[in-house]
Amino acid sequence: MPVLSYIEAVTQALDEEMSRDENVFVLGEDVGKRGGVFQATKGLYDKYGENRVIDTPLAESAIAGVGIGAAMYGMRPVAEMQFSDFMLPAANQIISEAAKTRYRSNNDWSVPMTIRAPFGGGVHGGLYHSQSMEAIFANVPGLKIVIPSTPYDVKGLLKASIRDNDPVIFFEHKRAYRLIKGEVPVDDYTIPLGKADVKRDGTDVTVITYGLMVHYAMQAADKLAVEGISTHILDLRTVYPLDKEAIIDAARKTGKVLLLTEDTKEGSVISEAAAIIAENCLFDLDAPIRRLAAPDAPAMPYAGPLEQAFMVKPEQVENEIRDLAEF
Amino acid sequence: MSVEQMAMPQLGESVTEGTISQWLISVGDTVNKYDPIAEVTTDKVNAEIPSSFSGKITELLVGEGDTLPVGEPICTIEVEGAEPAVEKLVKNTAGKAAQKEEQQDTSMKRRYSPAVLRLAQEHDLDLDQIAGTGRSGRITRKDVELYIASVPEEHTSESPSDMHVPQPSAAGCFSEAVAKEAAKPAVHAPKTFENEAGDHVVALTGVRRAIASNMLRSKHEIPHAWTMIEVDVTNLVNYRNQIKGAFLKKEGHKLTYLPFFIKAIVAALKEFPRINSTWAGDKIIEKKAVNISLAVAADEALYVPVIKNADEKSIKGLAFAVDELAANVRENRLSPDDMQGGTFTVNNTGSFGSIQSQPIINYPQAAILSIESIVKRPVVVNNMIAIRDMVNLCISIDHRVLDGLITGRFLARVKELLENINPENTPIY
Repeated sequence: MPVLSYIEAVTQALDEEMSRDENVFVLGEDVGKRGGVFQATKGLYDKYGENRVIDTPLAESAIAGVGIGAAMYGMRPVAEMQFSDFMLPAANQIISEAAKTRYRSNNDWSVPMTIRAPFGGGVHGGLYHSQSMEAIFANVPGLKIVIPSTPYDVKGLLKASIRDNDPVIFFEHKRAYRLIKGEVPVDDYTIPLGKADVKRDGTDVTVITYGLMVHYAMQAADKLAVEGISTHILDLRTVYPLDKEAIIDAARKTGKVLLLTEDTKEGSVISEAAAIIAENCLFDLDAPIRRLAAPDAPAMPYAGPLEQAFMVKPEQVENEIRDLAEF
Repeated sequence: MSVEQMAMPQLGESVTEGTISQWLISVGDTVNKYDPIAEVTTDKVNAEIPSSFSGKITELLVGEGDTLPVGEPICTIEVEGAEPAVEKLVKNTAGKAAQKEEQQDTSMKRRYSPAVLRLAQEHDLDLDQIAGTGRSGRITRKDVELYIASVPEEHTSESPSDMHVPQPSAAGCFSEAVAKEAAKPAVHAPKTFENEAGDHVVALTGVRRAIASNMLRSKHEIPHAWTMIEVDVTNLVNYRNQIKGAFLKKEGHKLTYLPFFIKAIVAALKEFPRINSTWAGDKIIEKKAVNISLAVAADEALYVPVIKNADEKSIKGLAFAVDELAANVRENRLSPDDMQGGTFTVNNTGSFGSIQSQPIINYPQAAILSIESIVKRPVVVNNMIAIRDMVNLCISIDHRVLDGLITGRFLARVKELLENINPENTPIY
């Protein structure tokens, strides 16, 4: 099986869906000739032409709005937000239009649009290139929010998102783009949205997380296995709406739960996971539910040492798991 | 004098590694701060790395063509006049020592988590008997689970009522399984009935309850429609009379009309897959397998065991399958498995002498067909009155899935197949 980087899996999924369905098209800032600032749409302009790989003005509200209109008329747009940090001008379109069109029109209209957006920190990107935006959209019924952690999941979930008949926000971790590599089948497969995935089976401590943090948890679990601590890791994959059943099962498995995100702590999607566990698993819990997240500070600092201090680090994950195991 | 390290720089926001494509200096060279020392390639950019120090190159730690993560050292530079860089902090061992001390501490021994208390209650455990391996002597859930696993018989309570305790799942026979299903609380509280003197009160069996709830569900959820056709089966009757004696002698089973009917129905189902389907809320699923549920009456109950892949069976195969299911019902040997997976139901009401019936669909299938009694009747053939063997076929359909047109075509096809049965086109084997 070929080994692809996380971003190569994005490109492959887009390419396959565009060749499979002529209604699929890509739009965004610099996605055409330039192939995207991260090169996620590299080669698509040459292959599919300017009518299906559209360079837009620097206007996120328009990118989302054009996508919604095209989707309502039967197209399957894949809109790229160059950085998820820049999505907020489009928030009105996404929250008040895309998410609500099916409901408002009593099922007559729908918005089968995918919005791709790189997110996340640890890339020395400073305030406007490091944010985690999922929590802002994660209490808007009508939206789905997908955050893959591995190249395999990227391809399967992106294809499923494009084929989904309702709006999906697809957050790609920009640090994972070139850092994370993995086997990706060449064949056409999809992974169902809304389903979490057990990435590692264990008996002492459960870690529930998503995105790049899945890899931090896996690294920590490898180290802790040497000490005899067995870690169970659940990758949420879809952070809204959450896979409640999988969260409950994972929490029951060990009774000791560490919820992990690189987003700031208060009001993050793991806080919702904590509520689900508290509502359903009281008599299985063997320790207080724990959250590890970034500090509730306004932004990721630009200065290297401060960025380091802000980001959740693999050693922190390791220490938290060990602490729970020893509790 | 001190030795400093140069590290792989981060060249772009998503870049996490780089490849040294060419060294621009060699060991022993003297460099000034900001002089380029190497060319680096990433999949986003190519760039030169400037030196962060002035001094003499003492060692190249990686070769040309090597790829390494951002932050990894690439070479060392001896810097004039600087203080030695502080080595990494010696790892603090105080933490470990503190942990050692904690081992003796048992202040948490009687702080029980909800999971531990639940397990202790369910298994009737004395928690004082269990050693705690958690912090400050706390008994962890795992401690209790390991304890239970080590002494299973003594501590398993007799009737665990808690929902988390796995129930024995494999029911011994079908009636047990349906009884279990039926034991679930009813949604509506039933109206209370007074019984008068002399009335005989019949307690409900599990099977009766299951029949009641299945019938109710089907009638509540499925909008039923009904139609009937009559079929001239004189040819079939003659053919079967001709061979039934030989069949019984040779195979040891009676040859009834039922397998012939099933054979014709299955052939028509293959041509009209929509009849062999199920309503799935937001879609209709046409089933690939043709599994015929067969309504079989027992003394006090009705079962619908399934002939799996009926489209792969000959008339003999169907005859044997029908006999076996009937025997299983009589001897109460049906397993829940025998009842699963049906895609269409055939109901042999003719065996009671019925000539017309309105069957209730076997949920979640889309249709059910009754075969009524074969009776001799005067009918008009070629403008003359003839005595023919006639049978009514009655079908109830899920009107969400099926309309009159397709149902009519399906029945017409079944009729055509049955009326044209003859020894040439209908082999038994």
